Amino acid sequence: MFAYYLDLALRSLKRSPGLTALMVLAIGFGVAASMTSWSVFRAVSGDPIPWKSAQLFVPQIDNWGPNGRSADGDPPNAMDYTDATALMRDHRARLQSAMYQISPSVVPAEASKHPINVSGHAVFGEFFPMLDVPFLYGSGWSASDDANRAQVVVISSKLNEKLFGGTNSVGKSVNIERADYRVVGVLDNWNPQPRFYDVVNSGGFDSGTEDVFLPFQTAIQANIPNDGNTNCNAVPKEPGFAGLQHSECVWIAFMAELDDAAAVTTYRDYLQGYAREQQQAGRFAWAPNNRLRSLPEWLDNQHVVPSDTKVSLLVALGLLLVCLVNTIGLLLAKFLRRSSEIGVRRALGAPRSAIYAQFLTEAGIVGVAGGVLGLLLTCAGVASVGWVMPKDIASLARLDVSLLLLTLLVAVVATMLAGLYPTYRASRVQPAWQLKSN
Amino acid sequence: MKLHPMIAALRKHKAGVVLIALQIALTLAIVCNAIFIIGQRIDRVNRPTGLDEGNLFLATQQWVGAPSADTPDGVARLDAMLKEDLAALRNLPGVASVAPINSVPLLNSSWNGSVSTKPDRKFSDKGDNVRTTYYFSDENVLPVLGLRLVAGRNFTAADVQHQGFRDNPPRPIVILTKDLADKLYPKGDAVGKAVYIDGSGSPSTIIGVVARLQVPGSGTWTNNFAWNSTLVPTRLNANFSRYAVRTKPGQLDAVMRTVAPTLYKVNPLRVLDDDSVKSFGDIRAKAYRADVGMAILMGVICLVLLSVTAAGIVGLTSFWVGQRHRQIGVRRALGARKVDILHYFQLENLLIAGSGALIGIGMAVGLNLALMRYYEMDRLPVLYTLIGVIAVLVLGQCAVFVPARRASNVPPVTATRAV
Repeated sequence: MFAYYLDLALRSLKRSPGLTALMVLAIGFGVAASMTSWSVFRAVSGDPIPWKSAQLFVPQIDNWGPNGRSADGDPPNAMDYTDATALMRDHRARLQSAMYQISPSVVPAEASKHPINVSGHAVFGEFFPMLDVPFLYGSGWSASDDANRAQVVVISSKLNEKLFGGTNSVGKSVNIERADYRVVGVLDNWNPQPRFYDVVNSGGFDSGTEDVFLPFQTAIQANIPNDGNTNCNAVPKEPGFAGLQHSECVWIAFMAELDDAAAVTTYRDYLQGYAREQQQAGRFAWAPNNRLRSLPEWLDNQHVVPSDTKVSLLVALGLLLVCLVNTIGLLLAKFLRRSSEIGVRRALGAPRSAIYAQFLTEAGIVGVAGGVLGLLLTCAGVASVGWVMPKDIASLARLDVSLLLLTLLVAVVATMLAGLYPTYRASRVQPAWQLKSN
Repeated sequence: MKLHPMIAALRKHKAGVVLIALQIALTLAIVCNAIFIIGQRIDRVNRPTGLDEGNLFLATQQWVGAPSADTPDGVARLDAMLKEDLAALRNLPGVASVAPINSVPLLNSSWNGSVSTKPDRKFSDKGDNVRTTYYFSDENVLPVLGLRLVAGRNFTAADVQHQGFRDNPPRPIVILTKDLADKLYPKGDAVGKAVYIDGSGSPSTIIGVVARLQVPGSGTWTNNFAWNSTLVPTRLNANFSRYAVRTKPGQLDAVMRTVAPTLYKVNPLRVLDDDSVKSFGDIRAKAYRADVGMAILMGVICLVLLSVTAAGIVGLTSFWVGQRHRQIGVRRALGARKVDILHYFQLENLLIAGSGALIGIGMAVGLNLALMRYYEMDRLPVLYTLIGVIAVLVLGQCAVFVPARRASNVPPVTATRAV
């Protein structure tokens, strides 16, 4: 029976090629626009570390007071040196790291090559196990390296390729800002998007890579300046990098791993206690106003998903909706034009369900055709998002099997849904009336 | 022509009428908001920076193992290195003028603070402070950037100081943009008056006012101080430096190519990469890439939307014309002219599209409110809604024309034929 309906549907569609083409085009464009924006949205709203994001937390400490808070009462979105080092010293989470963005120069061993600029972060040794950073060679550094301000470095595989031709460089030395650092680890490909450990400075997405990680205190001692944002509520009293460290200016990111609800509560209490201590010591003239957000909450709070991406998705879904309304109208016209044919079939004993089967098959074929066109247009769309979206975001949009299947599925299901009402109307055709009027 | 029989006829096609009206309403709602987004982005991109943007480029470099900018000795050495670079660039053939500068408009790297007409203000005293961005440069900044002085005078070489990147020495003189000067001194008599920088207790005298100079930040967060710039006659000494260079007309590309070799010749221990030498045109394009992209995207979506809706109207009207073949014949036989039939379908479409547009206005406003609530949009001006309404009505008329003309060509003899 299905083969028969398929044949009927194809004949019917061939009879009015213009109308059929219209429906297929509408579905194709509607689905392709939605799927292309969905591919971008999916890429930027994904969880960068799904297996662990619920255990990672970002604390915020209110060191500026009521006048420095955002409109919704939030404290600064970064930490000053005093608070960041105090939290590291107290070490109340299982793993934690303060970090700041750096952009030092690296001098290649060969004299003929020009120095290069690399970006990276100054972090504590716990950064690597906390974020499950994959290593190609070696590993991160130890707590004693942190304490002793060891001259060690972790480099990316890209920098390892550039400086050491991709060989195991653990134990070799790298010249950073004209000082030698011993390589202790080489990262495997690791470039999470969004760059969740420091979204305040990365803005979320960054198509560049992070090439060096230095111990926090080593970098401070070597006067490697912070390359990220510095926000101050007052001009630092002392000059220079040391002045910045003694000021209330915020420029340090912080992340802590808290494995269960009890640990979270304990850490929250600890932050409360810390802020109260600062209040009693006279540093804060206000009640504690801390925040402790899990990584997903933090990404949301910092608006990591650009609103343009969301608006594009919304508008594209609107387009799909219009295309579907359009398809309902056209299918209705098409089906009711064949009222006499339906009348004959019904009079010859076809039940309503047979009419449903016949016309939904026809709608399904339109859906499949629209889906195939949608697939082609989605491929073209994903390939060309680079023209209309920022490079850092566009490069994340990918075409994969699940997206292609989804495209086809959305096209077929949507068209069948659109076909429901016209089919219902077709099934209600009165056979007697149709036969009489003929 | 009477509307009554037309409405009566439409009641026979309730579903089709509702679907077309709904489609037109949705189209209107989306198109209004999309065109509004396009308009806003175009406005943003067309904002003048205040610069003479042709023949201008920016070179950024970083010294390797530079002396510390935190010690007086280090600052002196960094300043000597900076001056060497400036001299080398100035001597390049094709260069008109060069200025050291910490940033330029649209570069998205900025030093922001606030100025006040009163001393010792805290940052938190929001009322007395006006937000501003600082440009640190020398006496060449006006000719290099092509800024227009509207009052007072430019800096002279004797005015120019130098300082370590993180130091905060007193700043005896500044030049402000007109926007900022007018906010501080609304009477327009800012020249010769004092401002206090970042809550400082020591005054800075305003020696000049330039017509316009945009801040480096191009994001929406700078919207409320986009033209509030303060020029400080100071060379900043850090481990990196930026040079704004104005070339003689037509020599931009040639000069840009010689920058890296020239600077390496002065001192090879520095970092210069592909991104280091950028024309202002490239800086502008990068800053507004997302805005231009969004405008193009919205434009494409509008186009697809309008085409789909037009096609839908053609399809459904054609169906109705086919259905009413006989009635049309009867009308023609009873004396209706071709043009009457044409007008009938046109008016019918106007009626449907009009009611769709009415619903659409409500939906457009609703969508706009939702976008405002969640995505920092502005209120949709009435003008855009009107443009949208006119657009969908015209679209409806264009779409209905072909099937309506086909209807008007139905010969009167159809009436006599048995179906």
